[in-house]
Amino acid sequence: MTTRIPDAGMLNARPFNVRLFNAGTLPLVATLAIFALAYAVCVVQFPAMLSTRVAANLLTDNAFLGIVAVGMTFVILSGGIDLSVGSVIAFTGVLLAVLIGRAGVHPLVAFALALAVATAGGAVMGAMIHHLEMPPFIVTLAGMFLARGMAFVLTTDSLPVEHAFYATLQQLYWRLPGGGRLTLIAGVMVAVTVAGIILAHRTRFGANVYALGGNRTSAALMGVPVGATTIAVYALSGFTAGLAGIVFSLYTSAGYPLAAVGVELDAIAAVVIGGTLLTGGAGFVAGTFVGVLMQGLIQTYIVFDGTLSSWWTKIVIGALLFGFIVQQRALVWLSARRPSAGSAT
Amino acid sequence: MMPGTATRALAGALPRFSVLALILLASWLAFPGYFDVTVNDGRLYGSLIDVLNRGAPVAILAIGMTLVIATGGVDLSVGAVMAVSGAVAATLIADGQPLAVALAAALGAGVLCGLWNGILVAVLDIQPIVATLILMVTGRGIAQLVTEGAIVTFVDESLIFIGSGAVAGMPMPVVIAAVLAAAAVLLVRRTALGMFIEAIGVNRRASVQAGLNVRVVLIAVYVASGFCAALAGVIVAADIRGADANNAGLWLELDAILAVVLGGASLLGGRFSILMSIVGALIIQAMNTGILISGFPPEFNLILKAAIVVVILVLQSPQAGRIAAAIAARTGITRRR
Amino acid sequence: MAHPSPLLEARGLGKSFLGQTALDGVDFTLRAGEVHALLGENGAGKSTLVKVLTGVHRRDAGTILMDGAEVAPHDTAGAQALGIGTVYQEVNLLPNLSVAENIFLGRQPRRFGLVDRRAMERNTRTLLAGYGLAIDVAAPLGRFSVAVQQIVAIARAVDLSGRVLILDEPTASLDRQEVETLFAVVRRLKARGLGIIFITHFLDQVFALADRVTVLRNGRRIDTVAVADTDPMAIVQMMLGRDLEEVESGPGRPAAAAGAAPAIAFEGYGRRRSVEPFDLAIRPGEVIGIAGLLGSGRTETARLLFGLDAADSGTVRIDGRSVRIASPRHAVALGFGYCPEDRKTDGIVGDLSVRENIVLALQARRGWLRPLSRAEQAELADRFVAALDIRTTDIEKPVKLLSGGNQQKAVLARWLATEPRFLILDEPTRGIDVGAHAEIIRLINRLCDGGMSLVVISSEFDELVVCSSRIVVLRDRRHVGELAGGALTATAIMRTIAAGGADDRTEAA
Repeated sequence: MTTRIPDAGMLNARPFNVRLFNAGTLPLVATLAIFALAYAVCVVQFPAMLSTRVAANLLTDNAFLGIVAVGMTFVILSGGIDLSVGSVIAFTGVLLAVLIGRAGVHPLVAFALALAVATAGGAVMGAMIHHLEMPPFIVTLAGMFLARGMAFVLTTDSLPVEHAFYATLQQLYWRLPGGGRLTLIAGVMVAVTVAGIILAHRTRFGANVYALGGNRTSAALMGVPVGATTIAVYALSGFTAGLAGIVFSLYTSAGYPLAAVGVELDAIAAVVIGGTLLTGGAGFVAGTFVGVLMQGLIQTYIVFDGTLSSWWTKIVIGALLFGFIVQQRALVWLSARRPSAGSAT
Repeated sequence: MMPGTATRALAGALPRFSVLALILLASWLAFPGYFDVTVNDGRLYGSLIDVLNRGAPVAILAIGMTLVIATGGVDLSVGAVMAVSGAVAATLIADGQPLAVALAAALGAGVLCGLWNGILVAVLDIQPIVATLILMVTGRGIAQLVTEGAIVTFVDESLIFIGSGAVAGMPMPVVIAAVLAAAAVLLVRRTALGMFIEAIGVNRRASVQAGLNVRVVLIAVYVASGFCAALAGVIVAADIRGADANNAGLWLELDAILAVVLGGASLLGGRFSILMSIVGALIIQAMNTGILISGFPPEFNLILKAAIVVVILVLQSPQAGRIAAAIAARTGITRRR
Repeated sequence: MAHPSPLLEARGLGKSFLGQTALDGVDFTLRAGEVHALLGENGAGKSTLVKVLTGVHRRDAGTILMDGAEVAPHDTAGAQALGIGTVYQEVNLLPNLSVAENIFLGRQPRRFGLVDRRAMERNTRTLLAGYGLAIDVAAPLGRFSVAVQQIVAIARAVDLSGRVLILDEPTASLDRQEVETLFAVVRRLKARGLGIIFITHFLDQVFALADRVTVLRNGRRIDTVAVADTDPMAIVQMMLGRDLEEVESGPGRPAAAAGAAPAIAFEGYGRRRSVEPFDLAIRPGEVIGIAGLLGSGRTETARLLFGLDAADSGTVRIDGRSVRIASPRHAVALGFGYCPEDRKTDGIVGDLSVRENIVLALQARRGWLRPLSRAEQAELADRFVAALDIRTTDIEKPVKLLSGGNQQKAVLARWLATEPRFLILDEPTRGIDVGAHAEIIRLINRLCDGGMSLVVISSEFDELVVCSSRIVVLRDRRHVGELAGGALTATAIMRTIAAGGADDRTEAA
């Protein structure tokens, strides 16, 4: 084709394309910048924080949150929300404690069972959301009640897990230069994040999730399997919550039905601070990882400081959450005001 | 009242009261002394009174939540706001401030929280779930900031009276809830507010075109929800004679939403009934108390609640609506809502 | 003329919904390498025809043939497999995904099980180069103008199907330069031998782009003609279904006294991409008709007058005083009212009762603290139910249970209850039975005798002629003419539309 198109040059120009106002990457850039700045501030104040030991601990202490936040990222990218994950973590922990401690099941078998239950639970919620056409927050709210209730039915106390295999797993680590210990659970978190990045950006499933969060109707018209994708997204979130439960169980060596209260909020906050649009359709799994580390960093800073109280974590997280939500809103608003967006409504 | 409205209201009330009666009856079967009410020191005691008393905070939350849900929104921050107002009241009282100052500050804090939510929703046009999530996360931190992390206890009799006193035999929380409910009903039904709220919830575009000041109404409902949450927070703090920033009002936003949904309001907004939401709150509390006194572990509560949410979801879902409409079309009955 | 065998052919297509005939024995042929315009007013059956052709709707009668062989697409995907692709006015792509992902969603090239982004982007660049588009294909689609998005949608549709392209009002939200670009793309596809069905409301676009045009009216095909053999007047007549010789009814309302000062004067009022700036002076008691084909800017004008869309140029004066109308609330406070075209989404509040729907605007103007008592509300509602003959068993019945015409009257009652000085009626008689129709016209006259000013938008030109003092004619989002006095006839309206400012528009073919 060599026909000259008279006006195509006009279209090829992108007058409003200031790279900084890119709704896609600006939040991620902002997250990274804030994290780098925050870390720099910490290091200036407490030079000891610049060590692989602190960094490795940051990963270990937030491993369960990091894992569950990967699943949450997919849910939010698809335009949904999953309030059940904290309860699922607690339930998984209790289930493991019961299976291993009371029933004498080998931990690996118990892990497989727990993951299967958590994944199936997520899939059921996804199916309800899709088929009953109900808001995800109320469906997963029911899931939250149910998982927490089941955990309580299994036990009301904190059950310790004592098993040689557990001890082995807990002692596994990879020594980093500088004396830091990358524990197994930290490794699992990193692995899950990497897997999440690949799943989100390099598979058809990932593209379908973004498509769903962008516009359900258009996605369906373009041939995205809406129902299957919705179910898969919540199943994935259930799986990561189950995995986080296993990691939490390894981390605490116990199952406690009141564990992980409010983790769903921390996970949502990590996702949003990581630059994912809460209304879905845009964001990065890598950003979520930074969002998790940000929360960990604030806690570490508070520990290092010694005079600050733990509640500042929540307040700072809330402030960040607010900042990012308003930024998202502003970006949407800016793009809606763009003259080329048209006004044919 | 027009006859049509009256029958419609009755038709909505009947199933809810039946459910409540059923739960009470079941509790009575499990625990024969359930309906006994005794008078001690001029104060009523008994399981029924207990249901009312324990149900009061959620009922109060449900009043505000009803208005928010009627506009098609939701307020996830009420539990956290309870913690904030409880912390403010307890800290001020413990510092020796008079009750009036403590109360005004606590309720004022709730109103400010509501204003914040309302501005995010109405002016910045952020989805309600997202907007109120911010305060849900931050609120407990703020509450802990106020109490400096400690559980602040107090011995001020005037504040304690709000939580465990009695007026004419009735526990104070019940009296407060009843007065607030009456005031709220008067406010929305004797002014045009109720109609505006419902109109916005049903069709926001048409409401804008009819000249409604949608923003102001939206801000008002979130402020109302913040005020109700603050009041509930004060009652809970007064009841336990202290403020626990971590646990005060925990999960209660979910109970409040559940109460409103049990009361028959749609999460998509529209028609609402404050009284029915309160009945919903009582159903939840009757269940809690019933399970407790009939010797079941209280943990069953959560599972039961989950089951109820699922049942309501199925009943309210568009799928069920289509099926019901099909049945109605076949039998010639017109479906109500 | 050499007639190649048709690429796509429909014979005797019939479709009805719940007993309402939407298509009635429609024949349609599309040749390879032609642009075939499909014209018709609302409800003419254009979109039904497209949906039957693409398998979205099951046809009740008739056959569809491709290359002479009978086909039966069951859904969009089936139609695509047959080679029929569709691009809608609202770009049905995903603005949050990259251009490349939009083109390849669901069929991304893969390497080792993973999406091969590089190959996908390379293929997209090659594909788009064929459309003269060289853009950053990794960037989110939403960052590009609607015209680019439209071309990407076309590229996807053609890549998926490749023989027939249906364009459903692709130019509705494009500016003139963008339309030209889109046309260049369409011509290029035509040269490649695709058959293109082009649905539009813009007459000059038909003459600039199409080879043949088929006009539908009330589900029937009126005629198919070569564009070279016809003119705009003939097409307008076909669309509206009348002849010039028809009896011409004179104006039903005398023009207001020429000396009367305008009560409301809009000057240079306009909004980019919506309506070009216009002047409109409204005198008390006057009825101004707004005529134009669908998509000509009628509703856009109304939205601007009522403050639903903010004007970006011009001024408003009321009784000589300069005012600002930035929202419906301002407009209502000034005594304006607006009955929208789409009463379901913009008008009625479905779950609320007839009574509440009628008092809503008045109550909104009074504010929440000065409620109308239940008795006052009932009195108002009863009065208007009687005056407008709203058929309802009970004023407490949810308005959504009423028939369309009665819903329309309830919205009208809502505004009448506010005793407005200026009321805008957008398609007040659409979907209303004949009796109610006459009643509404009578009512309009009565209201204006009482000093109220009206703007009536309608595609029923006869109706406009009967009730208007003046008629403003719109075409292609411009006010192209004003008719008054003896010149006020349906024919004159059609002439104005057909001629519509053609003098200063040059559309290179």
